[in-house]
Amino acid sequence: MPQMNMVQAINDALRVAMKKDDRIVVLGEDVGKVGGVFRVTAGLYDEFGDDRVIDTPLSEGGIVGAAIGMALYGMVPVPEIQFADFIWPAYDQIVSELAKYRYRSGGEYPCKMVIRTPVGGGIRGGHYHSQHPEAHFIHVAGLKVVCPSNPYDAKGMLLAALADPDPVLYFEPKRIYRAAKGDVPEGEYTVPLESASVAREGRDVTVIAYGAMLYEALDAAERAAQEGVDCEVIDLRTLWPVDIRAIEASVEKTGRLVVVHEAPRTCGFGAELVSLVVERVFFHLQAPPRRVTGFDTPFPYTLEMEYLPLSHRILPALLETARA
Amino acid sequence: MDSQPLTETHDEIVRVLRDDGTPDPAVDPGLSTEELRKLYSAMVRTRVIDERLVTLQRQGRIGFHIGSLGEEAAILGSAFALRERDWGFPCYREFGAALLRGLPLQRFIDNMFGNANDLVKGRQMPDHYTCRQARWGSISSPIGTQMSQAVGFAWAARLRKDDAVALVYFGDGSTSSNEFHVAMNFAGVFRTPTVFFCRNNGWAISVPVERQTASRTFAGKGIAYGVPGVRVDGNDVLAVIAVTRRAVERAARGEGATLIEALTYRVGGHSTSDDPNRYRDKKEVDPWLERDPIERFRRHLGRLGVWSESDEDTLRAEADRQVREAIAVAEKTAPPQLETLFEDVFADPPWHLVEQRAELLRGPRAPSAH
Repeated sequence: MPQMNMVQAINDALRVAMKKDDRIVVLGEDVGKVGGVFRVTAGLYDEFGDDRVIDTPLSEGGIVGAAIGMALYGMVPVPEIQFADFIWPAYDQIVSELAKYRYRSGGEYPCKMVIRTPVGGGIRGGHYHSQHPEAHFIHVAGLKVVCPSNPYDAKGMLLAALADPDPVLYFEPKRIYRAAKGDVPEGEYTVPLESASVAREGRDVTVIAYGAMLYEALDAAERAAQEGVDCEVIDLRTLWPVDIRAIEASVEKTGRLVVVHEAPRTCGFGAELVSLVVERVFFHLQAPPRRVTGFDTPFPYTLEMEYLPLSHRILPALLETARA
Repeated sequence: MDSQPLTETHDEIVRVLRDDGTPDPAVDPGLSTEELRKLYSAMVRTRVIDERLVTLQRQGRIGFHIGSLGEEAAILGSAFALRERDWGFPCYREFGAALLRGLPLQRFIDNMFGNANDLVKGRQMPDHYTCRQARWGSISSPIGTQMSQAVGFAWAARLRKDDAVALVYFGDGSTSSNEFHVAMNFAGVFRTPTVFFCRNNGWAISVPVERQTASRTFAGKGIAYGVPGVRVDGNDVLAVIAVTRRAVERAARGEGATLIEALTYRVGGHSTSDDPNRYRDKKEVDPWLERDPIERFRRHLGRLGVWSESDEDTLRAEADRQVREAIAVAEKTAPPQLETLFEDVFADPPWHLVEQRAELLRGPRAPSAH
């Protein structure tokens, strides 16, 4: 089985899907000849041509608006937003249009597409190349939001998203684009959306993480193990609709919860996850749930490693929660 | 009109019906008697429905209506010029066009009441209908969002070797939105088969065109995007047809998009929620009543001898009867079932919607529908 990194796995998924289904088109800024600023679409232009791998004018609103029109026609567009930080000009099209199309037309106009965009910090990108804006989209009825953490899931989940009848935001954790490597099957396979995976089994504390922060959570869990605290780390993979059964089952076992995410804390996705756990499995809890997150500041440049919820910040939360 | 090729932008306003009431043979689209009668009937029907719906709103029987009084030539003429295979991306003021294209009257009136037979299942305000079978898009309230979608749709058709054209409606106010710029730019770059149909009706709620642009014309904005612009007398239905047909044919030939500025006037308020007397002088309206597109077209038909007083009486009586019957049915139709609130958010409801649906069904009911 070939070894791939995340970039290669996503690229392979696009190639496999585009070969099989000629309704799929990739469009965005620099996705063509240069293959994307992260090279995720490398080689696709040469293989599929200008009509299916389309460099567009520099307008995120136009990219998503045009993609919606294509989807209404019956194509399967895969718009790329070069950085999630630049998605806001498309927010009106995503929130007012894409998310509501099926509903507002009484089911007459489904609007299937996969919006790919790199997310997250730790790459010295400052305010505008680092954000992790999942909460803004999870809050909108009608969108699915996913964030894979390894090459196997990245390919399988992209193929699943392309087969899904609903619009999917596919967040690519760019800090681990090349760092995360693993075996990736050739050809077609899917990792079902809405299913979390247990990245590390444990008895004492449930840790929920996703994307690049999964590895920080796993590192903190290993260090906690050395201090006698056995953590179970859940990789959410699909953020919404979240795999609530996996979370319930884990918290029922451990009675303790720590949620990790890069985005700012207030009204972040962690707030929803903690609320769900409190509402549904409160009587299993033996300690207050904790959040380890980015701070409620704009994403910083020089001090980004202080901002991110890295292993050194997760570890004390695990130990304190285990011993509370 | 050959002096106005659709390759560049002109200031001149295209007209068919001259001041003396005769048509300009150089521009006349040459409709058959049957087509002329069908078109005129659709315009009158639109007005009869409009008047009836305003009355219903005043009586408190529906919550809202956004009408097309005075703009019937622009709205019906443009839709009439489309071929069967073409698609319309409406704003919210073109119900008459949707009816002409095949939206059943009963379904439209059901939408005004948001009842169980409403094609959008009571989820949207009145006049936010949908009708895929009529190749007519779904309506949203944000200004201009349909423009880049019409570009993408037309672009997809071309990529799939289908010569369908997408015509998109918007008002003068929408030309101020980022969406107008974005859509025109994409259409220009990719030469998409899109017809941009701007109803310049003078007003965006209370804001006049002078506050939307310092450009001399709206059609002239096409120059910036490499999209030819054409101005047409929007109260001259034959001119609207002639100009739209040329734009559709041009798009279908693969020559790209056209921006049409139809000069018309919003004789009524923005919607039933608006009172135009608060911001404009009635004296501004009067000359436009003189240019009423329906009266003007009827004089033309009368001169051709293809429309009589008794035709007029029959048409109006029939249109009035049809809309009253549709209203009577719609008013008696039940509201949508509670369960429908959770349908179509996704193709299949995920766990959280299944739980919330159960919560709604077992919970206490709201005191009254309204």
